[in-house]
Amino acid sequence: MAQTDRIEKKVRLRAPRARVWRALTDAREFGEWFRVNLEGPFVEGATVRGRITYPGYEHLRMDVLVDRIEPERYFAYRWHPGAIDPEADYSAEPSTLVEFRLEEAGGDTLLTIVESGFDRLPAARRAEAFRMNDQGWAIQAENIARHVA
Amino acid sequence: MSRNRSVAAARLADAAPLFAALGDARRLGLVARLCDAGPLSIARLSAGTGVTRQAITKHLEALADAGLVRDTRHGRERVWELEPRRLERARRCLDQISAQWDAAIGRLKAYVETRP
Repeated sequence: MAQTDRIEKKVRLRAPRARVWRALTDAREFGEWFRVNLEGPFVEGATVRGRITYPGYEHLRMDVLVDRIEPERYFAYRWHPGAIDPEADYSAEPSTLVEFRLEEAGGDTLLTIVESGFDRLPAARRAEAFRMNDQGWAIQAENIARHVA
Repeated sequence: MSRNRSVAAARLADAAPLFAALGDARRLGLVARLCDAGPLSIARLSAGTGVTRQAITKHLEALADAGLVRDTRHGRERVWELEPRRLERARRCLDQISAQWDAAIGRLKAYVETRP
């Protein structure tokens, strides 16, 4: 109930680990499913900018600071959820950490995603981050779940 | 959709003071304590913390302003407890980000499973 700092997701993907790794760390492939146009590759310690391509959210930008890349095992980046004002400089604000962990499971891949650090976000930013996620996302999630089931 | 969006915006504007109230380590600690232990008096809440009753009371009143806790009088003592419905609303905000991840994972799953 008091868990407000992190979100954790686990999913079994019916694809080999190398395939999933490419979908996560090739910036173009990442952009296909995450719905963002990234301007460059993911490089440890470097920031890559992008524009959201999700319908209705195309005016939003996102900056991703790559934290760590351990081939086919671990990929992590930091970003500012809800950083929606193109004029503002968010670089000094706390960010959340997004981590992807991959494990092999009989030819499939077990993927764990953790996003943490919400408790350190300024209250106003939190409200923005939440505001970005209106009910459209929940409806979309249901559509996709039905589609892949 | 636009109606949904304005409903969501109103709900989130409503949630901002709630997160401001929770955005303090001491206050978050008090909420966690009341979560675990149930209703507690000021004496119990301040015991062993090295913080004065007055300071604790101030934090509790800030939480009460945001509708997160409420107090009742038991004789000469004020007993504080959580307002669970309000906390549930904070929880739902995180659920929205969680739903966004679910959608992204759904797309990732479709992507890697259909394009070898």
